[in-house]
Amino acid sequence: MNAPVLRMQGITKRFGDLVANDDISLALHAGEVLALLGENGAGKSTLMSILFGHYVADAGQTEVFGRPLPPGDTRAALAAGVGMVHQHFTLADNLTVLDNVMLGTEGLGGLVTRRAQALARLQAVALRSGLTVPAHARVASLSVGERQRVEILKALYRGARVLVLDEPTAVLTPQESQSLFVTLRQLVAQGMAVIFISHKLDEVMAISQRVMVLRGGRVVAEAATASTSKAELARWMVGQSVAGLQREAARPRAGTAARLQVQGLDAAGGRVHLQQVSLDIHAGEILGIAGVSGNGQGLLAEALSGVAPRTAGTVTIDGEPLRASAQDVVQQGVARVPEDRQAIGVVGDLPIWENLCAEALRTPTLSRWGWVRRAQAQAYAQRVLAAFDVRGATLQRRTRALSGGNMQKLILGRVLQRADGQAPRVIIAHQPTWGLDIGAVNFVHGRLRAARDAGAAVLLISDDLDEIELLADRIAVMCHGRLSPSRIATEWTREQLGLAMAGETEAQPHAA
Amino acid sequence: MRLEARAHISTVDLLRASSGAVIAVLAVAAALVAAAGAPIAQTFGLMWAGAFGSVFALSETLTRAIPLMLTGLAATVAFKARLFNIGAEGQLYAGAIAAVAVGGGAIEAPAPLLFALMLAAAMLAGALLLLGPALMKLWWGVDEVVSTLLMNFIVLLGVGALLDGPMKDAAAMGWPQSVALLGDLELSKLIAQTRVHTGLLWSLGAAAALWALLRFTTLGFDIRALGANARAAAFAGVPVTRTMMLVALLSGGLAGLAGAIEVAGRTGYVTLDMSPGYGYTGIVIAMLAALHPLAVVGASVLVAGVLVGADSMSRSMGVPSYLADVVVASALLAVLTASMLTRYRLRFDRARKS
Repeated sequence: MNAPVLRMQGITKRFGDLVANDDISLALHAGEVLALLGENGAGKSTLMSILFGHYVADAGQTEVFGRPLPPGDTRAALAAGVGMVHQHFTLADNLTVLDNVMLGTEGLGGLVTRRAQALARLQAVALRSGLTVPAHARVASLSVGERQRVEILKALYRGARVLVLDEPTAVLTPQESQSLFVTLRQLVAQGMAVIFISHKLDEVMAISQRVMVLRGGRVVAEAATASTSKAELARWMVGQSVAGLQREAARPRAGTAARLQVQGLDAAGGRVHLQQVSLDIHAGEILGIAGVSGNGQGLLAEALSGVAPRTAGTVTIDGEPLRASAQDVVQQGVARVPEDRQAIGVVGDLPIWENLCAEALRTPTLSRWGWVRRAQAQAYAQRVLAAFDVRGATLQRRTRALSGGNMQKLILGRVLQRADGQAPRVIIAHQPTWGLDIGAVNFVHGRLRAARDAGAAVLLISDDLDEIELLADRIAVMCHGRLSPSRIATEWTREQLGLAMAGETEAQPHAA
Repeated sequence: MRLEARAHISTVDLLRASSGAVIAVLAVAAALVAAAGAPIAQTFGLMWAGAFGSVFALSETLTRAIPLMLTGLAATVAFKARLFNIGAEGQLYAGAIAAVAVGGGAIEAPAPLLFALMLAAAMLAGALLLLGPALMKLWWGVDEVVSTLLMNFIVLLGVGALLDGPMKDAAAMGWPQSVALLGDLELSKLIAQTRVHTGLLWSLGAAAALWALLRFTTLGFDIRALGANARAAAFAGVPVTRTMMLVALLSGGLAGLAGAIEVAGRTGYVTLDMSPGYGYTGIVIAMLAALHPLAVVGASVLVAGVLVGADSMSRSMGVPSYLADVVVASALLAVLTASMLTRYRLRFDRARKS
């Protein structure tokens, strides 16, 4: 085979203690589709951001067509012929297709735009690639599939010979995906080199010649696609279970009525809708929801937290219907640990004691006639800080100053040790340990287990299968806004989980 | 060149930034005075004397500060919740008109009751004026900066129509001005032989009340949380719509109160030139005070002093009193720059060439 068009060698990138990319090497040849497969947080996006100059790697180098690419320079990457199609489009809705394609290709100083030449060149590129989009249509009037074609055209127009597609089918209908694949095959036949990022196994099998699997920032497998199988890819992607020894025996309490019951829940979100989600959790039980993020888990957490409206279905706690507003939901004994602790969990500019009291401030425990009972509130805050070992915290300090782990302890303290002294009945924990160091992870896990043992019904939503297997008594998998039936945690194998997360519904564990 | 967040803000940094801001303002003013051909030290001395140098000067400054305090508080409470009310000017006029409509002799009632009714009507008028833009923001995402700003012109034209029509004082010899407020309703003077009136006490009371509201009540927490991070506030259970409505009523009400106090304390009737932009200056004052209600008191006395002092100085020095506007504007820019530089540091990168 001839020399590779793109070579990344020994790429390492750390964010604090987290190693996002650990000595990753990659070679890509002309006329080839390389699939980059991995869970969320496996390091795919970081690697591509380094290629594209958004990040500077701590170690390693990148060569395009044999020439080294200066690190951290997006313009140089574009000039060298690397084109990127982001999952979230970077188009100006109010401009035409032609304007969007031309954007950034002309110097700032020029007074005349060369629209005629640009149009001719765009049409030539479109003809060669088979991507037809009306050049004078406004982007706002285009469908999602057409917008993606504009993104690809934009890259081709700038002379891209290496094309990176970041989860391109996530937003497409199956028909649009098929048409994308036709385009890609045509481009590849003309000598384009493509990196195709995905976690959908079917697509990887269909489009790629080679596949590289990342997990935890490392390359765990690299193979010719033809010589592997979906089952093997799923196993590589999610790894081997490490939970076996550490997990405590599940103790499902069948027979009693469920504490949290969700029946036929629908909710509308941005891209994914919840469709007929049903689940029930008994007191003293953790239900884990596994899945690739963005499949509706966030919406489910929000709907049960009183933040997103529910459009159909019933939700009850110990038989009483769950009310609509966030404040009422808290009143009913729901402890909510949001996914984004910095942006949603706390108001960073307010002092720590006010964030600790935020949910309970409007209850008689902490206020009377609209006046905050400061002495009680601050005493309560002090107790929680001590009980949950929030380090670096004083009552008056701005909450933003806390580290991620301590911020999460603050949120846990607020919802688990309530100002009114009640124990939480239901806990909704969404990615409770995302981005935390191992000490904080163990702390959070310990508190969730303790709350379960004290009788709470815990809904644990996580991308991290290790976490799910470690904590959950039962597991269900979410995909495309639908929730699979739950099974006892030990009845799932990693392979089955991986396949279910990828939407392979036939892989329900019957024969397990 | 780029900005980098400072991990830690020291007292030294704060002192350096604020003294830098003061020096910058003085330098700009001095340059303009020099350009006008006047001696700098003497001009500054006359400005100071005209603003704070005598009981009379101080009384004039405080008189000017009263409406500024109230519009400053109106901007403060709104901006705290990230409701950018630029319409205090219109709300002030609406309050003034409402005050005269109630207290201009149309209603017969004992004076204390009528006085209370007058203030209530003025606050309600200002409050309702802001309610519309706030609702449009919540329901349809209409930018309140634009809607409240445009409301000012509508209100001013409407007030003009009223003053030339139904509310015109027949005894005013054709001038477009409203009937005079009943004498019983006028605010008494704080110092004899001066214009400073008990409206100052109302303004100080409003500042203290707003400070207590923001600091000690659940509504105050809701307002601060909503302004600092609306999504997190909603997650924690802050009633977003209700809080935003209350903020709009409060902010508009304070600006309306400014109109009523001006009429009852100083002018006695409404004309179209009763406010030289108090509503807009209130925004500057709120920013100078870093949205702290008690600091609004100091900031409005300071700004009023600059305005009054410049007026007085220009009479004897021949330096245009527009110097005051430049000083106020550059003070705002200097304070904003200083507060940014305490939170961020400037980094200069070498231009990269590949």
